Amino acid sequence: MDDRDLQYQKYKAILVNYLEEQSEQTLYKGQQFSRKMIEQKISPEEAVSLHVSVLEELFPDIPEPLKNSYDFLLEMMIGYGFAYREHQSLRSRQQQLESEIEIAANMQQTLLAGDKPEVPSLEIGAISKPAQKMSGDYYHFVQDENDCVSVAIADVIGKGIPAALCMSMIKYTMDSAPEQRMQPGAVLENLNRVVEQNVDPNMFITMFYGLYDPRVHSFYYAGAGHEPGFFYDSQKDEFEELFTRGLVLGVSKKTSYQEYQRVLNGNDMVIMLSDGVTECRSTNGFIERDEIVALIRKYIHLSAQEIVEEVYRELERLQEFELRDDFTLVILRREV
Amino acid sequence: MNLQIKQEDHENTHHLHIGGEIDAYTAPQLREALLPLTGKEGHETLVHLSDVNYMDSTGLGVFVGALKSSKEHGSSLKLTGMTSRVQRLFEITGLDEVIDIEDVKGGSK
Repeated sequence: MDDRDLQYQKYKAILVNYLEEQSEQTLYKGQQFSRKMIEQKISPEEAVSLHVSVLEELFPDIPEPLKNSYDFLLEMMIGYGFAYREHQSLRSRQQQLESEIEIAANMQQTLLAGDKPEVPSLEIGAISKPAQKMSGDYYHFVQDENDCVSVAIADVIGKGIPAALCMSMIKYTMDSAPEQRMQPGAVLENLNRVVEQNVDPNMFITMFYGLYDPRVHSFYYAGAGHEPGFFYDSQKDEFEELFTRGLVLGVSKKTSYQEYQRVLNGNDMVIMLSDGVTECRSTNGFIERDEIVALIRKYIHLSAQEIVEEVYRELERLQEFELRDDFTLVILRREV
Repeated sequence: MNLQIKQEDHENTHHLHIGGEIDAYTAPQLREALLPLTGKEGHETLVHLSDVNYMDSTGLGVFVGALKSSKEHGSSLKLTGMTSRVQRLFEITGLDEVIDIEDVKGGSK
């Protein structure tokens, strides 16, 4: 007996059973059988054809009009058969795309994984967690021969693959403009021109860019519509907002960015974050900026890297481990 | 999460009353309602945001797109009635300086 015969006999048994007594149990058996047929990629018109042949065996004297109507039904089902096969091929195409996205996401991670630089007298902590497979948040460090460290933290609005491509564009521009790195305002103006030309109309980028010069313990910075960070003054034991004024990148061609400066004493910190941090939602509503500060304060005795990790862990717990937005937190601390 | 959009048209002036949450999931809906209006030369679109209780940066993206469209097509776009939470987003991003926002607290018009 080949597969087809076996299928025929099984279907016949179930159908006969059902015709004798219309029980729920037999209906359930029918459901299970159809699931198996789908697994075996039996098309809808084949299923109808199976039904018709069993009927013809069970009732050899089916009236002619009824018999003809089955042929008609069979013809009707062919359209469904096409749709079914198209669905099958789309499904396999989708699986293929998903695995391609996975690979691309991994590549992006390698490409963008900015190594944290080792700088004498400066402690760096950084964490970035994407909400989707590819991250719209981004941070990047560049260290020059004088041990000056520049840091960029950005959020590309518009998510998924286009956002990720935009990230790569920024990294490329930053890496290829070494003479400019020292002037945060100019860096942002330059990037704004690039983004304005390239990005689709609904997309924009918020970015904070800073440069720490360990020779004079100074942090120079500018912002393009980015969530303000914090400055921790260790002598006063106070957190202040690290305010910057400037339009997001990619909206207006002629935009200039003001530059600011802070001197870091021992143990002072510069804290940079993405709006994924302040747009966190717990069961009790939004997480306010004060709460972020309180969390940082709670772990202030730890290393910069440990602080960012602990803060992330607590916020993750508050949102019941369901990240709605990308999350990025970077801390620079001048060592004593 | 839900978004409600009610549209009223008076000749060349369009009012969009938005309610609910504007995020990555609902933003396309808003874009579909807004962009056809900003694409009409000489028309004025007023977006009422007082019933929006949450907006994320994807929502801002829609307004950035609408602003560009209105500049390109010679129409006008104005936002009004935003809550302080939403207003803060426009301020941080500097978009309050390029988008026409009516300050209802100031009691104008």
